[in-house]
Amino acid sequence: MANVLEVVNPGPLATLQDLGRPGWMKYGVPPSGALDQEGLAVANLLAGNPEGAPGIEITYGNFRARALAPLAAACAGAWAPIQIDGVPVLPWAAFSIAPGQVVSIGAPVWGVRLYLAVGGGIAAQPVMGSVSTYIRGALGGIDGQGRALRAGDIITTPDPPASPRAPVAPAGSVTARAVAALARRQAAFTSAHSPASATASAIASASARHAIAIRVVMGPQDDHFTDAGRRTFAREEFTLTSKADRMGLRFEGPAIEHARGADIISDGMPPGAIQIPGDGVPIIMLADRQTTGGYPKIACVARVDLDLLAHLRPGDRVRFVPLSAQNAHEALKQEQVASGAPGRALRIRIDGIEHVVALFELE
Amino acid sequence: MSSYEDAPRFLWAGDSAVVIQFGNDISPLLASRVHRMTGALEGANLPWLAEVLPSYRSVLAQFDPRLISPTAALEALGDIVKAVDVPDQSGIDSDTAQTGAEDESSVVTIPVCYGGQFGPDLGDVAAHTRLSPEEVIALHSEPLYLVYMIGFTLGFPYLGGMNPRIATPRLATSRTVVPAGSVGIAGNQTGVYPSASPGGWRLIGRTPLALADRSVDPPCLLRAGNRIRFVPVDEPTYYAMGGDQ
Repeated sequence: MANVLEVVNPGPLATLQDLGRPGWMKYGVPPSGALDQEGLAVANLLAGNPEGAPGIEITYGNFRARALAPLAAACAGAWAPIQIDGVPVLPWAAFSIAPGQVVSIGAPVWGVRLYLAVGGGIAAQPVMGSVSTYIRGALGGIDGQGRALRAGDIITTPDPPASPRAPVAPAGSVTARAVAALARRQAAFTSAHSPASATASAIASASARHAIAIRVVMGPQDDHFTDAGRRTFAREEFTLTSKADRMGLRFEGPAIEHARGADIISDGMPPGAIQIPGDGVPIIMLADRQTTGGYPKIACVARVDLDLLAHLRPGDRVRFVPLSAQNAHEALKQEQVASGAPGRALRIRIDGIEHVVALFELE
Repeated sequence: MSSYEDAPRFLWAGDSAVVIQFGNDISPLLASRVHRMTGALEGANLPWLAEVLPSYRSVLAQFDPRLISPTAALEALGDIVKAVDVPDQSGIDSDTAQTGAEDESSVVTIPVCYGGQFGPDLGDVAAHTRLSPEEVIALHSEPLYLVYMIGFTLGFPYLGGMNPRIATPRLATSRTVVPAGSVGIAGNQTGVYPSASPGGWRLIGRTPLALADRSVDPPCLLRAGNRIRFVPVDEPTYYAMGGDQ
């Protein structure tokens, strides 16, 4: 165990997350875990960790921490300015911090959640096989009781430190994956977000920007809606309200018409389930969702687009694009192939320090 | 009422999960099909199966898309349903499910200290149902209850089988804290709070048993398909069994 970081300011919400605790839903426990799983994986790989090592999920930035030891680290997920003692380093790149230096992560330019991975990983007592923080259920996290990070918390690396299970991938292959992941997020959000759009006042102006396409598979209860209701779902745009957290995203927009009421016999809640309660507007269920629910689910978000949901902001407009389960699966496979292909691996030097950079765009 | 003539429906729940739906009502027979399918899936040791979640009338089977395609998963699940979702040769299964007659050794016994500080709403339930508190206790501890599913929070059992004579509406205003182990009534349902949480159920007693323990595997005492019986115990027994103040 080595103390490596002291949290100076956690920002609006910062929690420990890994890839979650699948397999416990039958006992009433949701999977939790990083909302942008690829974001966490890329940060870990850049920092030299296995992709599922615990990292810090930082919501809307404004996070500061002081290094207590020499440290390799990386951030991925949203795109936010990062500084070490006031000197900018690139997001989506490995960087190093000396003891006493402060790493500051500003408000994201696009996206919502960033993942800070530290070389060697983060030590915490797993609960049901995972350190993921589930605040509502008081499970996991830094104290095992579901607590979010707060100022003064000390982050430690485990003993022995986390090390890649597979042989260390050459930097190029790690960054090829990062390039693909970053390119997708940039394509989805650069024209949808401005730094100001996190504020309520910008919600109106967001309508000038483009709607984000979210691929979905219809069902399991699409037959609980009228033809007109299914048309509304697939053709109209919906705007994310401020009711957006790790449990789910509540939208507003035209009402989706139920065919026979908004109640079903409660059943299991799959990842990305799109529930339509009585008011007819969608709620997308995320990692901290309740395990069962009694509203009909018109569709579920395709696996390939689940990570994007982590970065939707209040005011963002989405449209749902239905495709078959098999086609959604092919899209996921294609993305995995793309991210395994040789990519534009960039190595740059800033002030004598070499950075491995996935892809960068200076604004 | 469902019967085995109703073939299960397979419904997509995204590209990495399938809902296997056995019918559209809440009944012990339907539940027995759900729980049998759940057991079969868990016992099949399928490396691609990531999550199996039984509920009243269906099973949600979630798979790992890195290991199997949706069409291949659907086919494999269909084969298991064909092999498993058939009436028992002897016909005992459906009788058991309908009458609740079952080997007592497989029943989970939940000791409950009724009334007093542990059941502050027992008097209200008695008043509402025009029964004496003793009659409420007798009716509550008589049936064999079926655990239809676990949900809402770690270890919370959705039970079937309560005598409708003791049905009582929820409190008009929820309590901010209901102690762990509290046994309550809400409308036609009865249940046990596994952990301290806010809640509006009418509390009639408390069990000294821990229904949820996150440090052990499995983390809860009950699972879908269990049958349980509440057994009245007095206060000294409650404390002797490790009950909290």
